Amino acid sequence: MLIILVQRLGQMVFVLFGISVLVFLIFFATPGADPAARIAGHNATPEMLAAVRHDFGFDRPMPVQYALMMKRLFISQDLTSFVNRGEAVIPEIMAGAPITLSLVAGAAVLWVIGGIAIGVAAALTRGGITDRALMVAGLIGVSMPVFWVGEVANLLTQSRLHHSWLFSWVPPLGYTALSEDPFLWFKTLLIPWASLALLYMGLYGRVLRASLIEAYQEDFIRTARAKGLSETRILLRHALRTSLITFVSLFGLDFGALVGGGALLTEVVFGLQGVGKLTFDALQNLDLPVIMATVMYSSFFVVGANAAVDVAYALLDPRVRYKRG
Amino acid sequence: MSQSGGTSGGPGAVALRRLARDRAAMVSAGVLVLIMLACALAPLYARLVARSDPFRPNLDGSVTIAGQVLDILQPADNPLHLGSAPIGPTWHGAYFLGADGQGRDVASRLLYGGMNSLLIAGTATLICLCLAALVGVIAGFMGGWIDQVFSRLLDILWAFPVYLLAISLSVVLISQGLHIGPFVIEADNLLLPIAIIGIVYVPYVARPVRGQVLSLAQSDFVMAAIGLGVSNRRILLRDILPNVMPTLIVFAPLVMALNLLTESALSFLQIGVQPPAASWGTIIADGQTLIYSRPLVAIAPGVAIMVVVLALNVLGDGLRDALDPRAKLRVP
Repeated sequence: MLIILVQRLGQMVFVLFGISVLVFLIFFATPGADPAARIAGHNATPEMLAAVRHDFGFDRPMPVQYALMMKRLFISQDLTSFVNRGEAVIPEIMAGAPITLSLVAGAAVLWVIGGIAIGVAAALTRGGITDRALMVAGLIGVSMPVFWVGEVANLLTQSRLHHSWLFSWVPPLGYTALSEDPFLWFKTLLIPWASLALLYMGLYGRVLRASLIEAYQEDFIRTARAKGLSETRILLRHALRTSLITFVSLFGLDFGALVGGGALLTEVVFGLQGVGKLTFDALQNLDLPVIMATVMYSSFFVVGANAAVDVAYALLDPRVRYKRG
Repeated sequence: MSQSGGTSGGPGAVALRRLARDRAAMVSAGVLVLIMLACALAPLYARLVARSDPFRPNLDGSVTIAGQVLDILQPADNPLHLGSAPIGPTWHGAYFLGADGQGRDVASRLLYGGMNSLLIAGTATLICLCLAALVGVIAGFMGGWIDQVFSRLLDILWAFPVYLLAISLSVVLISQGLHIGPFVIEADNLLLPIAIIGIVYVPYVARPVRGQVLSLAQSDFVMAAIGLGVSNRRILLRDILPNVMPTLIVFAPLVMALNLLTESALSFLQIGVQPPAASWGTIIADGQTLIYSRPLVAIAPGVAIMVVVLALNVLGDGLRDALDPRAKLRVP
């Protein structure tokens, strides 16, 4: 077990290093215009350019630039924006992080519950009309752009159906901190959670359905039946339990896609001032230091989360534990 | 392998016949062809049916619908007629789906945008598959340190959230364009989004291809070829590539579906297709400010994306059943 842990940590550190080098190269070594000009923004004065050059050490060799960058991002955390003069970037990310985490965590809960419900329902009615309808709906779910789903949700809940009994409880767009008013926090986030979860729910239902059907062909299910266990018990205690392992490992990977992509777009549409919205605003005025920092922090978070899921996976599944150990 | 349509029992022909029996896949293919044709006819539609330039702001203009002259900028629908909104859907030739925030014909822009979206997604798919095949085959076949280097690189790209990678590449390239030696690619060139989207999904295809090549390289027929003293080049071309092809074909529609969604997201974030050019993503972004007054502007391109991606996914499922029931692509 310890070996797996060390191995996984080593792999994580390597990937983190790789990603940081990649991001550094993208932002500072892409052939083309002077990187200083990119960072200083469109209407930079010569003095600003000189300041950027000095600040980021562009007159020094690449490894030094890289080290300088990493230091400013993670150790001294004094990276500043040039477009919004002198605004420190890292505190802004830290301020946005709770909002993004609230969004992602809630969506993930809905998405897992919904995925399990869909998968179980489809597997139980295999071949029937419910199964088909659920699978088609799931496919439609993954076929929609997440920001568009958000816009349509806004249209319905904020405007067209807002005065009906169904959505009259939906508060205006914005965010209320959990610590401020937990109930309002829940209400404001419910629609964003739902529209984000909608995309993945169907996909996870499909995956779970497939592995449930596979599990039902295993010997241990036949044994359970032979022992005379009830169908519900077989489903919940035997089939679902093995199938959930695939589900969990997949979840770790898509969680990254959610933090890096889905959440960003959802925040923009619902006006939640999280890390994604911060990135979006920086994209609008090409504020590169902010984008670089959000990309770096988000991907580090994702890689860390993935490593955690992998370790949990090894703990859950003895097959993995013994194979790798 | 390539006796398509023939009655002989080649694997390609068998797969095609199997695909032809798959009704859902055939309907999807038909829908895709129709949409592509419609988008290809965008210039004709703009000239003959909509009769306006979909790339020039036209808020002060007016339009004649069924003998009535209407201003493009209409008073808003609210009871007091406060403010104004671009003309809504007329359901006639001109401004069939209404006008966007700059008074441009949404239906025309939808077709032009579809042309760009499909062109970008399609070309990026080709790039992605070629790169993935190259990397996967080289890494899997050469083994040793070459495999190590490529595999570690793929590990890193795999762990990097796709959208964040695409955003980083886009924002750097969109801000100043790309200059490589004497070649300059301007920021509004479609090649930039094509290249970016073509790169980001490479690990998702290269990894399974590498795995497949790795097991092919250990297979009896490749061993036999090596024993006969066949050159590496010939083994790659005659034994490995034909076996990897079905995998790539199965991946093609699925990757294109992902590409289309990625393109729309980047364009929505305004780091994909640059104005005044359109793509389905930019039209959704244009429609965001009009969402409560003229929701159709944002809804129409979203429905278009949904239909195309759905058709591609169904077609991909059909191809997989027809060609290779084992291939799997994770949809990130």
